[in-house]
Amino acid sequence: MTPKQPAGKVAGSLVSPAQNTWCPGCGNFSIQHMMKSAIAELSEEEGIPLENFVLLGGIGCHGKLVDYLNINSFYGIHGRSIPAATGMRLANPDLKVICHVGDGDIYAEGLDHLIFAAKRNSDITVIVHDNRVYGLTTGQYTPTSPTGFKGRSTPGGITEHPINPLEVMLAAGATHIARGYTRKVQHLKDLFKEAIVHRGFSFVDVLQICATYFNLTDYYNEHAYEVQEGEVDTGRFESALSKIREWDYDREAPIPLGTFYSVEKPIYEEKFRALTAGRPERRALVRKALEEWR
Amino acid sequence: MGEYSVLIGGKAGEGINTAGLSIAALFSRLGYRTYMYFDYPSLIRGGHNFAIIRASEKAIGAHRTPVDVLLAFDQNSIDNHRQRVHSGTTVIYDASQAVQAEGYGLPLDTIVKEEKAPPITGNSAMLGALARVAGIGREVLDDVLRTTVPAKHLEANLRVAGRGYDAVESVFTVEPLDAPALPVLTGNEAAGLGLVYGGLDTYVAYPMTPSSSLLHFLANRAEDLAVRVIHPENEIGVILMALGLAYAGEKTAVGTSGGGFCLMTEGLSLAGMSEIPVTIVMGQRPGPSTGMPTYTAQGDLHFVLNAGQGEFPRLVVAPGDLEEAYTWSATALMLSWRYQVPAIVLTDKTLAEGACSFDIGAVAELPDREPVLWDGAGEYRRYARTESGVSPLAFPGREGAVVKATSYAHDEVGFTTEESGEVIELQEMRFRKGESLRAELATYPAVKAYGARDAGTTIVCWGSEKWACIEAAERFGARVVQPIVLAPFPARQWKEAMIGAGRVACVENNATGQLARLLRQQGFDPGRPVLKYDGRPFAVDELETRLLEVFA
Ligand SMILES: Cc1ncc(C[n+]2csc(CCOP(=O)(O)OP(=O)(O)O)c2C)c(N)n1
Ligand code: SF4
Repeated sequence: MTPKQPAGKVAGSLVSPAQNTWCPGCGNFSIQHMMKSAIAELSEEEGIPLENFVLLGGIGCHGKLVDYLNINSFYGIHGRSIPAATGMRLANPDLKVICHVGDGDIYAEGLDHLIFAAKRNSDITVIVHDNRVYGLTTGQYTPTSPTGFKGRSTPGGITEHPINPLEVMLAAGATHIARGYTRKVQHLKDLFKEAIVHRGFSFVDVLQICATYFNLTDYYNEHAYEVQEGEVDTGRFESALSKIREWDYDREAPIPLGTFYSVEKPIYEEKFRALTAGRPERRALVRKALEEWR
Repeated sequence: MGEYSVLIGGKAGEGINTAGLSIAALFSRLGYRTYMYFDYPSLIRGGHNFAIIRASEKAIGAHRTPVDVLLAFDQNSIDNHRQRVHSGTTVIYDASQAVQAEGYGLPLDTIVKEEKAPPITGNSAMLGALARVAGIGREVLDDVLRTTVPAKHLEANLRVAGRGYDAVESVFTVEPLDAPALPVLTGNEAAGLGLVYGGLDTYVAYPMTPSSSLLHFLANRAEDLAVRVIHPENEIGVILMALGLAYAGEKTAVGTSGGGFCLMTEGLSLAGMSEIPVTIVMGQRPGPSTGMPTYTAQGDLHFVLNAGQGEFPRLVVAPGDLEEAYTWSATALMLSWRYQVPAIVLTDKTLAEGACSFDIGAVAELPDREPVLWDGAGEYRRYARTESGVSPLAFPGREGAVVKATSYAHDEVGFTTEESGEVIELQEMRFRKGESLRAELATYPAVKAYGARDAGTTIVCWGSEKWACIEAAERFGARVVQPIVLAPFPARQWKEAMIGAGRVACVENNATGQLARLLRQQGFDPGRPVLKYDGRPFAVDELETRLLEVFA
């Protein structure tokens, strides 16, 4: 792949003129800025042309991110980014397809698509803005809200337990699984770059602070730590699983941040490539099929 | 006699559909036009399946009640069809299954055992017996088997067919016609080929009768036709995947039936707002809900016309036969790209799974249409305002273009906006596009008419009822008018076609008269309703009787 765009385009030029409407202090800002830097750096370092990036947005505060960057984008509907992303990657293998989704968005409405994309190892990247609350619909609980969480639809506090999305992803067959935190921005950027470069389905759950409805800054600051080299064998399912289970989104425990699992497997979209290679003259093929009909 | 009807019946799992297609092939070999109606309940083994194969010197597309030959694999196949048997009917039955029957009893069990052939070859014995009864030569029979049976099983089938052939005697003679042997296709196969002809790159679908066979057909022929065929997790995934493919520049179609279309309506609205083209082949069956999964209906017209939240233009076409399924599937795909609107090809089980002789020579090809592409000048704006309402397309990966598609109300670039002036312009722009599509369709045969202008009686119908109506109309010397395009409704062409219509009957496979409702909405008088809603299409003679009540 030869870069068509001159490398070294500054990250700043990727910011679009769209007016930003996030609350002050929202964790989405760091995700936006680190995504922008990750893309700019990948373009420069790996020679990926900027026009080959596509961002998808779900519906929620997080989705606005795609408006704020001057990058190809598909601002879709609630929970449905992932099949659209798979379609794009099927159409054009040069595209780097990155879904920005919310925890309500993807773990509630979109869970089936998420699991299936992991299962088929679709070569896309999923970045979950996991603020553990519905932001845009003003504070209801999500699948990762902790037990007892009092949301506007559950004033008595929820009695359900949260799911551990990383565990779900590991079980589903995701080939790259990581967790970041919006207050650890350099780390976050590295996780983004790693995930985007990964060949296959990559998944990053980002613990994101919702300044308005669920500000867990103190809690995360106290518990979150970066996993060190050698602490987890990212090629081994069992090793990844035990690290992933260290914190279950519910009880008090140290919260590991980093890449837990990363393996290579055949990519879903690849197996369809041969079929349409070389853009054959299909009308002739239709005529032939009819002539030889049986 | 220039026309023959054969019924073959048995249990599900006995290969009645395949046997029916072989019978159609037998007549096709002799130059006849054939039509097959296949009736089967939603179960895999047992029950009662039957196919009625009609062969005629002229083009046909419907069945009649009486049959000339009844091929019965079991007692049910005799008992359930007494009304079809008349003095001239030859009955051939499996003597090892049916006990109360008159005609030729073939000991299929014994034949199959003696020939050391698999039980399914019993079909070939029936086919052989039919050939003999109909005075069709062995060479034609063997030839048909050679083209329909896989090589591995050919010898066994030829032997068993010979036993059937020798067990009966000739009753009448089907004279070979001086006409080419046309291939026999199902409606889904014709639609699939049409989509590919129209430029299809990828077909995405989740199984649901009666569209599954379109999925199977394209999946089987994916290599021959150079298309991708994908079966994702559900219909929501299907339509979103299609939109992702189309956003990235690939022509994509999806297929489903009512229940799956319900799930797709969210994605349909997204297609409307984001202006991403997608073609949906929607095969109707009786609802509500699961309804009668393997039967037929025309009950979803208003659903597809109105599905989705908000207001956006769409193309809805309802082909009435194979030729129309072929050409309008191609055209729906091309126009959906040209105008960046969702297109729906509305079929039903009768058309989708029914089989018919396909005459590619008779296909009136519609114009080729290409999408409007960005010329590369200046800054790319995905939703650039234009006179025609159509914004030029660019796809991600194109240097110098930032392509922003969105489900939100947006400005020209594709940024979210809720500003009053912008959203008004956006909505009006979408409707200009719809009007451009309407204008283009004015030059297409969007409304078809058959029969004399001064007939004084007119039968109005849509979709798969077309051919039953055309045949019944001959009896009354009536005219038939059939809208193929249902949205945007071709009001001018309709008006023109209905000049001097006289007495009008509106024939539909539903309980409320959905085309009639659409016509009234458009300000036209739909005439008297002739409705059937038992999950079965009209037989020609049945329709004649019903029309007699209206026109008497
Ligand atoms: C089908 C559908 N159902 C419901 C909604 C309303 N809705 C908009 S955003 C949202 C929740 C968003 O929560 P989350 O994904 O956590 O994103 P956040 O706003 O926190 O970033 C909901 C339920 C919708 N847009 N579409
Ligand atoms: S509601 Fe929460 S997630 Fe949404 S913008 Fe405000 S702080 Fe951010």
